[in-house]
Amino acid sequence: MVILRDEIDREIEAGHSAAARAMLVQLWHQSAGPGIAGFVSSRFEKIRDALGLTKARVSILRSFTVEPIVPLLRAGGLVGGLDLEIQIGDFNTYTQEVLDPGSKLYRFEPHIVIVAVQTSEAAPDLWESFADLEQEAVEAAVERSIESYRQLVENVRSRSRAAFVIHSLQIPPMPASGILDAQEAGQSAAIGRINEGIRTIARQHKNVYVLDYNNLIARRGFANWNDPRKWLMARLPISANELNQMAREWLRFIHPLTGRVCKALAVDLDNTLWGGVIGEEGMEGIKLDENYPGAAYRQLQRVILDLYRRGIILAVCSKNNPAEAMEAIEKHPGMLLRAEHFAAYRINWNDKAQNLRELAKELNIGIDAIAFLDDNPVEREWIREQLPEVTIVELPDDPMGFADALRQAPVFERLELTEEDKVRGKMYVEQRMRSELQQTASSLEDFYRSLAMSVKIAPVTAQTLARTAQLTQKTNQFNMTTRRYSEEQVKEMLKSPQWRAYTLSAADRFGDNGIVGVALTRCENGVCEIDSFLLSCRVIGRTIETAFLAHIAEDARRVGARTLAGNFVATKKNAPARDFYEAHGFAKVAEGEGQSRWEYSLDKPGLSVPAWISVNAEER
Amino acid sequence: MGESIEAQVRQIAADIFGTSREKITAESSPETLEGWDSVQHLNLVLAVEQQLGIQFAPEEIEQMQSVGAIIEVAGHKLNQ
Repeated sequence: MVILRDEIDREIEAGHSAAARAMLVQLWHQSAGPGIAGFVSSRFEKIRDALGLTKARVSILRSFTVEPIVPLLRAGGLVGGLDLEIQIGDFNTYTQEVLDPGSKLYRFEPHIVIVAVQTSEAAPDLWESFADLEQEAVEAAVERSIESYRQLVENVRSRSRAAFVIHSLQIPPMPASGILDAQEAGQSAAIGRINEGIRTIARQHKNVYVLDYNNLIARRGFANWNDPRKWLMARLPISANELNQMAREWLRFIHPLTGRVCKALAVDLDNTLWGGVIGEEGMEGIKLDENYPGAAYRQLQRVILDLYRRGIILAVCSKNNPAEAMEAIEKHPGMLLRAEHFAAYRINWNDKAQNLRELAKELNIGIDAIAFLDDNPVEREWIREQLPEVTIVELPDDPMGFADALRQAPVFERLELTEEDKVRGKMYVEQRMRSELQQTASSLEDFYRSLAMSVKIAPVTAQTLARTAQLTQKTNQFNMTTRRYSEEQVKEMLKSPQWRAYTLSAADRFGDNGIVGVALTRCENGVCEIDSFLLSCRVIGRTIETAFLAHIAEDARRVGARTLAGNFVATKKNAPARDFYEAHGFAKVAEGEGQSRWEYSLDKPGLSVPAWISVNAEER
Repeated sequence: MGESIEAQVRQIAADIFGTSREKITAESSPETLEGWDSVQHLNLVLAVEQQLGIQFAPEEIEQMQSVGAIIEVAGHKLNQ
């Protein structure tokens, strides 16, 4: 270990930040703990400029000592690409702090507020002296506690947009009335009602999330988690060995809250999805069933399938003969994952770094949106050095631990699941089938026709508001102006008679993509200004954009506009949209610093929907 | 890890106080090391506990006021 530290310092000294980072990550995976947290963070500081870190300010309101967890949170964050600035509130002063607009909490302007309060402080009567209480006093204590959480959330919400992560309250491991507690609505049930109340508050407010503290403790074991001596001596209830688990649990929320997540998972095959090597052991030889050791691989496949249901795109990246590997995927009776779950394949003998680059390109996502799952530590190290942007899922040596390791990867955590998310994995598979069709079509037009595309264009409604805002925030590639809008901002626009807001949904013979396009226009004095025009990368290059623009032009004509105008604002990522106006007959009327302005006269006829797309338009 | 308890504790102390292992001796204490306050004392104790897989009693934590003392108490626990 000492040697590894010196090596890290030598690599930093030599300016090899990718190699230094790879070693730091490895060191952290091997021996994460309070001892090396400081070392890891200080070395990350030295190479931070090369890392592309995501910054966030986290404030912790607490009723116990969290100071020793902060270095672990910092280090674990840096390992995952997060630069966290962390503020700790004073002991049990959060109720005052949230009421004072000038308090250090608000001056800090946190993005995330963690409420780490224990039952002994949030509901002291219920925790300490439950046996003394009459039923009414229990009810009153439950109500009081829920009310204090509600006020906490609403007070902060009125002064800050920060997201909340609230620890639910711990159920006592040994209830006051012994085994009787389970027979009647006792102490555990009372605290459970407070937790139900906290969940209700989270449902009623946007951006409020519950951290299931009982689940965390159950996972780790209470006897293992608890250190009663440190609690009495230093108000620290968590044992030294478990402090990092608390930090990791916070990171499961911080990753999705900061957008530091992955869209796709690229998986190896041999000794990852099944035991053994298909090329050597064949269909009968590989291990994949309900018994040991095949069950370990089946469990991992179950986790991967769960991720697919959560909207994670799946791909295969394996060194194998494609025919043998595909036969196993399609026919092996033990497989839970099948060809229909994978959006792309790289089964060959090439370098896996090159394969991952190609997969990112084929899936039309950034390389930093890919996570890599491989049992072979040498492949993992290779990718870590070659493609530092890729998230590596660290796996233990024992396959029985694979499933848990993947479940704990914070880059696949999601805070909400839209209908779009649930079918995303499927949509990318359909996309692969489209590409396969395109390769066999004789001409592009032929391909478009064979797709049997239909689009639905509709005014934004209360039901589609969230998706509309989400698309303005997330679409990078085919986006003319890349203006980001919140739901509230779009709602404001809808109130004005000049603004029009459209959504576009697309479907074809392979499936329904749902809402994939948004346009926002403002018509005034005969000019219809295209404020925003964007399409998800899933559907670009299929002339759907032409159909969308034609509809907007027609709508503008109807309200008396004579000119359709719009800007193109160049960003690092929106090259696919650059030629859009020009290709559709717009004239460039101005150009300057990364921006150009385009106009189209609506007096002449033109801009029609391609013959191969059927449009179903709803009036506003 | 194969390293002696002494080497491990000195390394932990060096990491906690942001200095090199050579600068940490058995005599290093709150008097000689900058930043060794009550918060860092707790951090040091927790790091030793986690890495060596032991738990100190509150009395021991109060009494271990030098790196040498921590090495000694930790040694007793591991050799019991």
